[in-house]
Amino acid sequence: MILMNNKTDQISQLQTPKSDSEIRQVWRHLRRNRMAMIGLLILVLFLIVSIFAPMLTQYDPIKLNLINALQAPTSEHIMGTDWQGRDVLTRILYGGRISLAIGFITVVIGLAVGIPVGTISGYYGGKFDLFVQRIIDILIAFPGILLAIVVVTVLGVGVEQVMIAVGISTIPIYTRLVRGSVLSVKEEGYITAAKSLGIGDARIIIRHILPNCLGPIIVMSTFRIATSILWAAGLGFLGLGAQPPDPEWGAMLSNGRVYMRTLPHLVIFPGLAIFFMVLGFNLLGDGLRDALDPRSRKYG
Amino acid sequence: MYGYILRRLLLAIPVLVGVSILVFSIVRFIPGDPARIVAGVHASQEYVERVRAELLLDEPIHLQYYVYMSNLLQGDMGRSSFTRRPVTEELFERFPNTLILTVAAMGIATIFGMGAGIISATRRYSLFDNFTMLFALAGIAIPVFWLGLMFQLLFSVQLGWLPSSGMETWKNLVMPAMTLGLATTALIARITRSSMLDVLGQDYINTARSKGLVERVVVYKHALKNALIPVVTVMGLQFGTLLGGAVLTETVFTWPGIGRLLVDSILTRDYAVVQGAVLLLALLFVLINLLVDIIYALLDPRISYGTQEVD
Repeated sequence: MILMNNKTDQISQLQTPKSDSEIRQVWRHLRRNRMAMIGLLILVLFLIVSIFAPMLTQYDPIKLNLINALQAPTSEHIMGTDWQGRDVLTRILYGGRISLAIGFITVVIGLAVGIPVGTISGYYGGKFDLFVQRIIDILIAFPGILLAIVVVTVLGVGVEQVMIAVGISTIPIYTRLVRGSVLSVKEEGYITAAKSLGIGDARIIIRHILPNCLGPIIVMSTFRIATSILWAAGLGFLGLGAQPPDPEWGAMLSNGRVYMRTLPHLVIFPGLAIFFMVLGFNLLGDGLRDALDPRSRKYG
Repeated sequence: MYGYILRRLLLAIPVLVGVSILVFSIVRFIPGDPARIVAGVHASQEYVERVRAELLLDEPIHLQYYVYMSNLLQGDMGRSSFTRRPVTEELFERFPNTLILTVAAMGIATIFGMGAGIISATRRYSLFDNFTMLFALAGIAIPVFWLGLMFQLLFSVQLGWLPSSGMETWKNLVMPAMTLGLATTALIARITRSSMLDVLGQDYINTARSKGLVERVVVYKHALKNALIPVVTVMGLQFGTLLGGAVLTETVFTWPGIGRLLVDSILTRDYAVVQGAVLLLALLFVLINLLVDIIYALLDPRISYGTQEVD
């Protein structure tokens, strides 16, 4: 499966800034990248409105208000109301919390398993590595969102289940990425020097190898958050993710579909929210990848 | 070369066995009685006991897997608890529809993606190039199910040009294929552009130009062939995304494919069909990747020689 590993392999070769001046250099490069800054701005905006949602709106995202049901956008309800009279903008603001939480928690699940397994696999190699690689091959054999669907089938529906399901589907990607990074870092001269000084494996891994794998991990995480948000919204849309009355964007889209012909705002706005959040992470990820790639930094 | 192909084929076997173990485990991980889960919520106790006996559910797990695999290799995936029809029948009825949709989406993505990428690379920084790059960025961030709904709003509700669902005529295929293919189109456009720009900067292209060759010949005969290798890589990778995306696209357009069957089966707790659909999609994905690996090695002989050296 050469091709399936291609993107992961490319990211695993990125460098990690080792000193303050290198971090500053990466930041300078990132700051000059207009698209990455737009991405960062989008994400900061989403973060602010999600955190301060209760202060930004007077409406409740869950409480029914049937008298106001199915209103087109007005000055009072900028994005209209849904079939239960709830303000769509309010639900989108609160929905940002769910999407961001899903994005970050799935990545944490992926990292929590991917880092130790990938590190041991890459550092020690041997039979454990061979065994892990075969397991990863099996998990990667499920196309796109399918592995998450399989896990949801077993766990049942709901936001927490989606986080676990999407998180599990992220594990093989991180394991492979970390293994690749460890493989390239462990060949560096300073690792050989540390070994010849008699420093133990655990210390070498924690103090010298993992900090040098951070660059690829950060870049991959930025992209994976975007993918996790998309997948979780997809599961919500299919009825396999967040359940009513959770204001999750995918589920909002799915519920708004019934009224799409007469009240298109019910599907337009939640979709735009997903799009911009995913775009923000992708733009930032692209920028970080360029900033951490010494070849592009040199010419940038 | 043959050694490489044989090795790839052999490597696919443990993956397929692993996939079958995972799919076999689905009903055993779901809390509750596996016999009841396979037979269906509304099945009679008598039928549940028959399923229990057929699948050896009271026997050790390795015997259960043995029976599962023996049945599978004979084309027996059990019966749908919903329709009571054999799962294989249900799958093979839907499979061509998913194949048509995926191939059409890949066709659209290849034609438009490569076309836009080539024009962008040859007219760098033009208005077209800027537009293509903007599209490439946006294309991969658009949720496929939302795009489908937006197309339905525009082409069915507003303009009335295309039917919003079903699969009676070729017109029914246009929107689902466009929806499913958009993200791949964006990605192929981006990769083709950067790969073409790489190749167009090479010495042998300058040589071709200095020989007085027409620009069209330089681009299409000399540059494109060499720029294609990374594009083929991405196309191989994208088949998985398309198969995953088909689950969502088929649901939006009520397209009667494997993806929609899978979602419907999960919602109706028809686990025999769920197992069959997941297995078929994963099998398809593994085989496509195997095929693309082989095509890739044929396009670029360094791959197979490189692997031999490493091995």
